[in-house]
Amino acid sequence: MKIVTVCGMGIGTSVLLKMNTEKALRALDLDGEVEAADIGVARGMARSAQIVLTSAELAEEIGDVSAQVIVIDNFTDSEEIGRKLSEALG
Amino acid sequence: MSLSTWLPEGAVRIRAEASDWRGAVRLSGEALTEAGAAEPAYTDEMIRTIEELGPYIVIAPGFALAHSRPSPAVRRAGLSWITLREAVPFGSAKNDPVDVVVGLAALDHEGHLEMMSELARVISDPELLAALRAAGSEDEARGVLDAVGS
Repeated sequence: MKIVTVCGMGIGTSVLLKMNTEKALRALDLDGEVEAADIGVARGMARSAQIVLTSAELAEEIGDVSAQVIVIDNFTDSEEIGRKLSEALG
Repeated sequence: MSLSTWLPEGAVRIRAEASDWRGAVRLSGEALTEAGAAEPAYTDEMIRTIEELGPYIVIAPGFALAHSRPSPAVRRAGLSWITLREAVPFGSAKNDPVDVVVGLAALDHEGHLEMMSELARVISDPELLAALRAAGSEDEARGVLDAVGS
C-alpha cells in the first residue's frame, strides 16, 4: 500500500503527517510505504498511490485523483489517522 | 536529543503578544532570524504562503507550523518556538484559535528530518504540549523540553 501525505511545501506539515502516519500503521500492524509531497507534485504521485492524506484546505486543490483522499484534522493525532485509515481500508 | 538543541538563543518567545495571525507568524520569523536560521525576507515568504494556500499550517488544535519553501532567505535548517499570551484566529475551520506557533526553516526536503522527528514527538504528546503551553518563561519551557529529551 502506498500512501502520500500532502502539504503546501513538502518540508513541514507533510513530514510531520508522514511520521504520524507511519506510527498509525505500526499500531494497526499494517505495511505501507509513506511519502511526503508538496501540492505541486502531489497530483502526479497520487496516480500511483492508494491513499492521499492531507488537510481540508489542500484536499480541494488536489482535485480529482484515483487515490482515495482522506482529510486529517489533527496531524499530530496518530489515533485519528489510524481510525480514518481503517475506515478507508474497510 | 532535546528539541531545545534546535532552538538556539533568540529562537524562543514565551507569552508573546500578537494582534492577528500575521503578527504571530512575524514573531516566529523574527525568532528564526535572531537565531540565525533565516533572513528577514523569509518571514514575508511564510506570510505569503498562508495567503496563497490558506491556513493549512494550523495542523492541530491551537498549533501552527509556520514555514515556507527552501529559499535563498534560509541560512540553515532551524526552528523557533512561540507561545502567545492570547490566542489568535488563523481562519482554520477545525483548529482555531492558535496559541503556539513553531517557525520552520529548511534548506531542502531531507536535511532536517532528525529535527522534525523530535518536533513530531513533542507536539504529538498532549501532556508535554500542555506543559509547554503553561510555561511562564523561556527557562521553564526549556526545562520541560530537557526533562523529556532523550
